[in-house]
Amino acid sequence: MIPVLLILIPLLAGIIGFMAKNQSKNIAWLASIASLAVMLYAICIPTCACNFNFQKEWLPGIGSSFHLGLDGLGKILCLLTAFAFPIIFLATSERTYKNEGNFFALMLLAQAGLMGVFLALDGLVFYFFWELALIPVYFLCSSWGGEKRIAATFKFFIYTFLGSLLMLVALIYLSNKTPGASFELQDFYRLQLSGKEQYWLFGLMFAAFAIKMPIFPFHTWQPDVYDQAPTATTMVLSAIMVKMGLFGVIRWLIPVFPNAATYAANAIIVFAIIGILYASLIAIKQDNIKKLVAYSSIAHIGLMCAVLFTGNSMGHEGVVMQMFNHGINILGLWIVVDIIERKTGIKNMSALGGLAKTAPSLAILFVIIALANIALPLTNAFVGEFLMFNALYQYNLWAAVFAGIAIILAAVYTLGMIQKVFYGKSKEATAGFTDITINEKVALVIIVLFILVMGVFSGPLLQIANNNFAGIN
Amino acid sequence: MNAIIISALMGVVMMFAAVFFKNWKSYLPLALLGFAALLLACILEYNGVALFKVPVRNMLEFTRFSNLFGILLTGCTILYLFLSGLDIEKVGSSKAEYFALLFFIFCGIYTIVSFSNLLMLFIGIEIISIPLYILASSDKRNLKSNEAGLKYFLMGAFSTGIMLLGIAFLYGSLGTFSLTQMNLEVAPARNILGNTYPIAGAWTIVGMMLIFASMAFKVSVAPFHFWTPDVYDGSPTVFTSFMATIVKAAVFIAFIKLFHEMFGLLHYKWFQFAAIATALTLIIGNVTAVFQQSVKRMLAYSSIAQAGFMMFAVMVVQKMAYEAILLYTVAYCLATVGIFAVLLRMKDYTFDGFNGLGKSHPLLAGVTTVFLLSLAGIPLTAGFFAKYYMLSAAIQNGVYMWLIIIAILGAAVSVYYYFRVIQAMYFKTGNPEVEEVNGGSFKITLVITAILVILIGILPNLITDWVY
Repeated sequence: MIPVLLILIPLLAGIIGFMAKNQSKNIAWLASIASLAVMLYAICIPTCACNFNFQKEWLPGIGSSFHLGLDGLGKILCLLTAFAFPIIFLATSERTYKNEGNFFALMLLAQAGLMGVFLALDGLVFYFFWELALIPVYFLCSSWGGEKRIAATFKFFIYTFLGSLLMLVALIYLSNKTPGASFELQDFYRLQLSGKEQYWLFGLMFAAFAIKMPIFPFHTWQPDVYDQAPTATTMVLSAIMVKMGLFGVIRWLIPVFPNAATYAANAIIVFAIIGILYASLIAIKQDNIKKLVAYSSIAHIGLMCAVLFTGNSMGHEGVVMQMFNHGINILGLWIVVDIIERKTGIKNMSALGGLAKTAPSLAILFVIIALANIALPLTNAFVGEFLMFNALYQYNLWAAVFAGIAIILAAVYTLGMIQKVFYGKSKEATAGFTDITINEKVALVIIVLFILVMGVFSGPLLQIANNNFAGIN
Repeated sequence: MNAIIISALMGVVMMFAAVFFKNWKSYLPLALLGFAALLLACILEYNGVALFKVPVRNMLEFTRFSNLFGILLTGCTILYLFLSGLDIEKVGSSKAEYFALLFFIFCGIYTIVSFSNLLMLFIGIEIISIPLYILASSDKRNLKSNEAGLKYFLMGAFSTGIMLLGIAFLYGSLGTFSLTQMNLEVAPARNILGNTYPIAGAWTIVGMMLIFASMAFKVSVAPFHFWTPDVYDGSPTVFTSFMATIVKAAVFIAFIKLFHEMFGLLHYKWFQFAAIATALTLIIGNVTAVFQQSVKRMLAYSSIAQAGFMMFAVMVVQKMAYEAILLYTVAYCLATVGIFAVLLRMKDYTFDGFNGLGKSHPLLAGVTTVFLLSLAGIPLTAGFFAKYYMLSAAIQNGVYMWLIIIAILGAAVSVYYYFRVIQAMYFKTGNPEVEEVNGGSFKITLVITAILVILIGILPNLITDWVY
């Protein structure tokens, strides 16, 4: 029942939220904390397939059943989702929105969609939730964002919709190939496909995931959307939604098309590494702080994608850990960016400076988060990054070398950002900057605690990730 | 047979109602009653109860499928009348006659979904077309409506001529009008390699292609689609709604029946031609719709684009195509009828006319969003499963991959123009002029239609299970 609850709580709360105009915020709080509680319970109880598996007949005519399951990988991502939403609500509680009811309702629907993607074990259900996560985000970004939000979001929507349609074609083809014409993930795993079929279908599915992640050269939608979307939605997008692409590759792509994945690995790794360097270089030149974080995210995701295709199991573990940690870290970055933008109304770093004087606690917390973004030892990102580079090194020395340059570049732009924003002379806009409120402090402290604890003691996370049960690969 | 006779009778009743009860305020209740009777007649027939015993001499055949389709189309029409029935009476002075024409059109629709003889097909198509010419030009004082009617009439008459020529060729070469006998005539032969394949004389092929062209014209498949935008745009909006949905769906059923049952064996002869026509339809419909400024005209092009998707059902000579077309037409009819009903309330048909509707009329905007999402094929709406079944049928039966990719690209493009309306409603500010309707039945029916769209989007087997 746990998988059903994880989807049902935000879904129902979202629908109620549309009707309960003024109470919507409280409902959102309640629902997000309830799903976190369910998720924590799911992690604590001993592994037993009966609790984590749910299957109900849905469309027997086309071989699809409503099959959900929570395995190690799913747990990591569901935990991230369940954890991120209360933090987002907490950190952005100072913001006010027009039509608040709809805003929170849509946020909850997005949560339901994301949970569904991570839980689905049936191709058609996966596709359903994959799209359902997108629709609320489309409305969120277009209704409450910056000035150029409509065009930016539209591009994002059409891009991803095209990708998902291509994936749909591949899913239909796969299901026709299975003996009983079913959409069951396990049946997909058992398929014996010819080489040509694999390449075709791999291309179709990978298009959807590559656009979602996004990796170079499909990334053009991302900086604009992150810049224009309301920050709460940007947090959802960058902390959780981009992980959908990586998740898709791990669960739905590589195991189904192992030969094609090996065959395409070289090309994809090359593109991913080009993307890492390209995004890092742009991030260095970037003055807009939101776009800087967006490009930094492209670089990080690119690295994870490259490692996935090395076929190294240690590397995979590193990616799974990093998916979680990157989600936490980027959440922290966005919270700080949001605070700065809300208080000063400025996104350009050249107009900021000297915030550390007036807001010391913000500065301390931010520096820790920023260091985690560079994956310094003792921060949570270090372990995952180490495993990933190890895998890349074993695959190809030059790949590791070029990707390694990105770490240096990450240090350059992240430290540069700290310097420009928090140190130096106070500018006009930042003179009256006040320190953060208690809500924001709580949110950031939780994140920083996570960063530090996970940096020293990352065992539990690995354990959860490996805690698979029979029935799910 | 029940429905054919009752619809013809109801048409006559409506005409006389206008003569004898001149003072009635509205003839809508009578029309609704008539359609309810039709629905009942179809349901009875579906369950094997024939009210009239007419010797049809194998010229018509009433299968489970044709009856089911009759039920669904009649149901859609009842929804259509609840939504836009009052607007029909506002078009001109001859209120009852419009309803009479609708009944006659339905007589034709029931005929073409159950024909088994080319003559019946021809007669059915004519019974549908002639009232449509009148309805298209029914807004007499509007030049655009006149133009639409004339254009439709000239082009339609021409295409009917082509169909008749095709039928004549077929009769000349095969000596029969009957679908079943025709199949026997196209007997399989053996080639050098020992594979059997059906052979057909040159005149048979010519006749078949002529019929293909004229059917393609009726369902606005490229390159025979040129009339569609002007006629749909110029006709009174209520009738555009009817033409673009219910009539088109019925003609598609005839198209599919003809090419599956009669020319199914000659599949390899017309398949490539159909594929090219489909590709053209998808490209032209979707790309041109992007550049439209008026929502009504956009919907006209979108109906061309949707016809491209429906063509997959023609190309797949399998039982699965019937499920697919059934679901597709229901999804498409519900959504399009709904959007047109909202459009009728708007004073300004341009995209800008919808600006700010989400704020001023949340209900209208909400249901329109559901309909648009369904047309675009987003999951949780009927449109998704419609597209799913179509693509699935196409992929399973070896329709060219490039054609499927074109369809997918077309669907992605279609998001662009459907979402422009959503953007206008929710993300732009404006003061839309909306004609208020008295009475709750309009809003209730809209909501019911939207709920149906979502319900079929979750459980498509509500529709498809009835096929077997």
